[in-house]
Amino acid sequence: MSDKKNTVFLILQDNEDARPIIEAVEQDNPDANIQYQPGMVRMEAAGRLLVNRVTVEENLGREWDVQELHLNLISLGGNIDEDEDKFEISWR
Amino acid sequence: MPAKKLNLRKRYELLTRGMGWETTYQKMDDVFPYDSFEGIKITDWDKWEDPFRLTMDSYWKFQAEKEKKLYAVIDSFAQNNGQTNLACASYLSAIKLFITGVTPLEYGAHRGFAHLGRHFRGDGARIACQMQAIDELRHAQTQVHTISHYNKHFSGLHDPFHQFDRVWYLSVPKSFIEDAMSSGPFEFITSISFAFEYVLTNLLFVPFMSGAAYNGDMATVTFGFSAQSDESRHMTLGLEIIKFMLEQHEDNLPIIQRWMDKHFWRAYRLLGLVAAMQDYMLTNSPMSWKEAWEVYFVENGGALFEDLSRYGLKMPKYHELATAEADHISHQIWSVFCSLGNATGFHTFLPTEEKMAWLSEKYPDTFDKYYRPRFEYWAEQKKAGTFEYQKGLPQLCQVCQIPMVFTEVQTDPMQISYRVTEHGGDKYHFCSDGCKDIFEHEPEKYVQAWLPVHQIYQGNCGGPTLPEVLDWYKFKPEDSGDYIGSKDYHRWQEWKGADKKVKQA
Ligand SMILES: [Fe+2]
Ligand SMILES: [Fe+2]
Ligand SMILES: [Zn+2]
Repeated sequence: MSDKKNTVFLILQDNEDARPIIEAVEQDNPDANIQYQPGMVRMEAAGRLLVNRVTVEENLGREWDVQELHLNLISLGGNIDEDEDKFEISWR
Repeated sequence: MPAKKLNLRKRYELLTRGMGWETTYQKMDDVFPYDSFEGIKITDWDKWEDPFRLTMDSYWKFQAEKEKKLYAVIDSFAQNNGQTNLACASYLSAIKLFITGVTPLEYGAHRGFAHLGRHFRGDGARIACQMQAIDELRHAQTQVHTISHYNKHFSGLHDPFHQFDRVWYLSVPKSFIEDAMSSGPFEFITSISFAFEYVLTNLLFVPFMSGAAYNGDMATVTFGFSAQSDESRHMTLGLEIIKFMLEQHEDNLPIIQRWMDKHFWRAYRLLGLVAAMQDYMLTNSPMSWKEAWEVYFVENGGALFEDLSRYGLKMPKYHELATAEADHISHQIWSVFCSLGNATGFHTFLPTEEKMAWLSEKYPDTFDKYYRPRFEYWAEQKKAGTFEYQKGLPQLCQVCQIPMVFTEVQTDPMQISYRVTEHGGDKYHFCSDGCKDIFEHEPEKYVQAWLPVHQIYQGNCGGPTLPEVLDWYKFKPEDSGDYIGSKDYHRWQEWKGADKKVKQA
């Protein structure tokens, strides 16, 4: 078994629409490991990964509905907690 | 003053609570006849919650946007002759296996979730299943639409749904989905949403779509990622239903553990086809099967089961064997296809020098030792004109229906793994302890399996000779055999000129 016992991850398409979200993840999760693979971007972190609405809106320069995340989502691993302000993935 | 927009939680609550009612003209158990015989105890359906809290209006809005994007790409792909940008036309064997083996699974999932969307007693769970039923139908349709463009130019893509119900290797996915569909609703959702979609689907879609991107197949990348954007919601449904059942009653744990063990093994065996696709059919592979297994099962699956251990749920039985087999199965399954390449609906080809160097690097403990000599021997035979396809039909595992090619990887990798049991005076054969356990728990179910080899010998598949069987499959002569020299190959040479010929030959 691997030592990375609580890795959570989020995979988005590698496109223009996803870029402000990926940058927001980088800003809000300084320890996240971001891997660019053909067509997609895989972001992983220990225990918890946060997508913050306010940060995405700052990068995007417009209002952003957290559920717009669905449009570019490829996969994820972890328990989800979503509300108006954030999308959070965690293993307890 | 206009009413303030309700928050997400409130809107979701309004959608999913109070839509159902206690029936009085008919007994509730008659209205929902399927959700109790499996033994799963639910005391309070209101504890069910969808973490995405997606409401119907947002669902339609986002799905419409996904479709708009997808069809814009498909149109421009067709207008710009996107098919000419592929790395090589041999890559299309992967797409042929996908449209015949995976797209009908999407349709099966649609039917299964439509059934659950009617038959779960809880309204929240019903709505999640209804959305997924629509998603899965969308996946089947968009895959057919996208791949129909390739059908104009290449062989083997013309009759996926006819073939799914007949062809020897397609009985592997067919028996998997029909096993789930003929179970009760809780077992179905454990199988499809959890074991398949949560634990294993990343191994199908993520490396495969990334592989499509790597091989210039932008059409497949687009439908794949469009479908996959729904998949995160399906995976989350899978995890939620497992946690919900485990929280509802402690008696549910042993039932779920057994389903988990069973459907993990069934889904894993099915993914053996994907392993071959990833390591051999893709002209350029971004990631080996073994690497994908390490990341998506060992690491990410490990974290998932670590989290679920608080409910007492354990890693699925035989997962250590699956990890040990990661060094072997893609080579074993591609060997089967190459040795029966006159009876496949896609082209087979031996790995090039370049590909073998890559396989040696990715599989340092096994490729050179066990598998390279086999491929080199066949290459010599082909050169000398003495290569022959297998004459007889292979023995199949009674449960997964894969030919008996897996080996005892933990003790003697050159020894076929072979298990047998008796039931009702007959002998039944299996590829593994995992498949044998599944049979022994429900023998009455699996003695009915429609095994293609048995059916051919019983005369139910068009006739006694290979051409008759292939005709019954609706395989055209140009669909099968070696890629080199095929109609696809010649078309590709015409488009690309002679330079590519040297590289492939
Ligand atoms: Fe699907
Ligand atoms: Fe799905
Ligand atoms: Zn088997």
